[in-house]
Amino acid sequence: MLTDYEVLETIHMFTEQHLDIRTITMGISLMDCAASTPEESCRRIYDKIMRCAGKLVKTGEAISRKYNVPIIHKRISVTPISIVAAASGAKDYTMFAETLDRAARDCGVNFIGGFSALVQKGYTESDRILINSIPEALAVTENVCSSINLASTRSGINMDAVRDMGFIIKKAAEKTADRDAIGCAKLVVFANAPEDNPFMAGAFLGPGEPECVINVGISGPGVVKHALEAVRGEDLGVVAETVKKAAFKITRVGELVAREASERLNVPFGIIDLSLAPTPAVGDSVARLLEEFGLEQCGTWGTTAALAMLNDAVKKGGTMASSFVGGLSGAFIPVSEDEGMIAAAASGSLLLEKLEAMTCVCSVGLDMIAIPGDTPASTISGIIADEMALGTFNNKTTAVRIIPVPGKGVGDSVEFGGLLGMAPIMKVNTASCEDFIGRGGRIPAPIHSMRN
Amino acid sequence: MTESKNTAVITVLGKDRVGIIAGISGLLAEYNININDISQTIMDDVFTMIMMVDLKDVSIENSDITDRLHKFGDDNGLSVTIQHTDLFNAMHRI
Repeated sequence: MLTDYEVLETIHMFTEQHLDIRTITMGISLMDCAASTPEESCRRIYDKIMRCAGKLVKTGEAISRKYNVPIIHKRISVTPISIVAAASGAKDYTMFAETLDRAARDCGVNFIGGFSALVQKGYTESDRILINSIPEALAVTENVCSSINLASTRSGINMDAVRDMGFIIKKAAEKTADRDAIGCAKLVVFANAPEDNPFMAGAFLGPGEPECVINVGISGPGVVKHALEAVRGEDLGVVAETVKKAAFKITRVGELVAREASERLNVPFGIIDLSLAPTPAVGDSVARLLEEFGLEQCGTWGTTAALAMLNDAVKKGGTMASSFVGGLSGAFIPVSEDEGMIAAAASGSLLLEKLEAMTCVCSVGLDMIAIPGDTPASTISGIIADEMALGTFNNKTTAVRIIPVPGKGVGDSVEFGGLLGMAPIMKVNTASCEDFIGRGGRIPAPIHSMRN
Repeated sequence: MTESKNTAVITVLGKDRVGIIAGISGLLAEYNININDISQTIMDDVFTMIMMVDLKDVSIENSDITDRLHKFGDDNGLSVTIQHTDLFNAMHRI
């Protein structure tokens, strides 16, 4: 029999602490949609997505109603388009992006991920076409997200691609300059990209994944913060234990929803991504949660240590709650999407360099960071290279989603709206790294890649 | 997870007044929903009622029970929720 305390604890998590299921993401393999013309390939892609995901949104809404649990997003991830489109003979893949966009709209999902390429060791012809298509593809579509894997611990870092992505990010910003460079908010580069990540912008369905699969991303920084408020002043062992327990409960909700969605849609359940994903809403912030550890403001000394502990405790609680944990799993630290991060960046407490340090111990990377529009492409590549090195050499996922906002500089801010939030333009070290980036080639895989 | 039955937890939070239980239980009777257990307390001045109910053949998502309960809550200044019991079991039972 449930106790009143347990029932009320659950009720308060949803009503006051912003607990929600962030996303049910259906992964759909498009391997069988390759064709000898782009038109035929796009037709197959559209038909397959509609066939698999036609009922996704309705099913999500029904589950949400049954448990009175908010399920914020229903989304789709697909096989990287550079693989699917390779045989089509197209010299530009924008029409593939438009097809994904149309399918997403007709299914009622708000994002579709997979306008992607995996180039950690080098380019195929198709990878090159896809990357060159990104700025236009993101400018003419609403719902398509693009991701490129530039590095891995096994392969090292493709520095040619790091160099090229600096230019592509600049171009994507210019093409959407009238909308505060929103194109860049839908584009992420990775080291060690997970193949089952349900979160955007980096979701795609890796080549090792099944035909169709349900992955669920959970959220809940507010729940963890609330739990910590009850143990103020206690030692850090107590804090770790408290985070674990909260993470366990949150993950169990995700597992319940994932299994139910899988059963109703007759699609296998893949993984739970147990990430603490903030939103710009007050009370749903990872930065405020870190401050609850005893920091005056996020970004000050101690922030990295607090984040390391938080990330680890979330994983420990979550893995007890579900046997199939995957994706990014940890704490997200996007700047524009987190009310406390925005405040810390605006006040000068949180610097880009500190964020880089934080990415060594959390689940993603430099995320949703707005920088001056006149930042050179080579500097953007330098930022990416550093982040790729952190991921590659520390055997973890890292990513960069950075927005050089045309016409704006330090002191300005940019408003993306909705869950993408707003961001103050952050200061970037202006000393040049152009000659380093200009070298190109590959950074060899680290010695610990040789594990066989 | 414990055995899955079609049961739900109804919670009512707000200011105490005459007729809350009568109103809710009358509504449930229309759907032939049986009440297994009721507890109520005043916590921090807030009237708190928790009801365990047997839904039998009623589906929360396909019937208008949620809307009807919400309307009752809105009309009486109360926050009313209905949630399938599996949610609570998932969170609080290993």
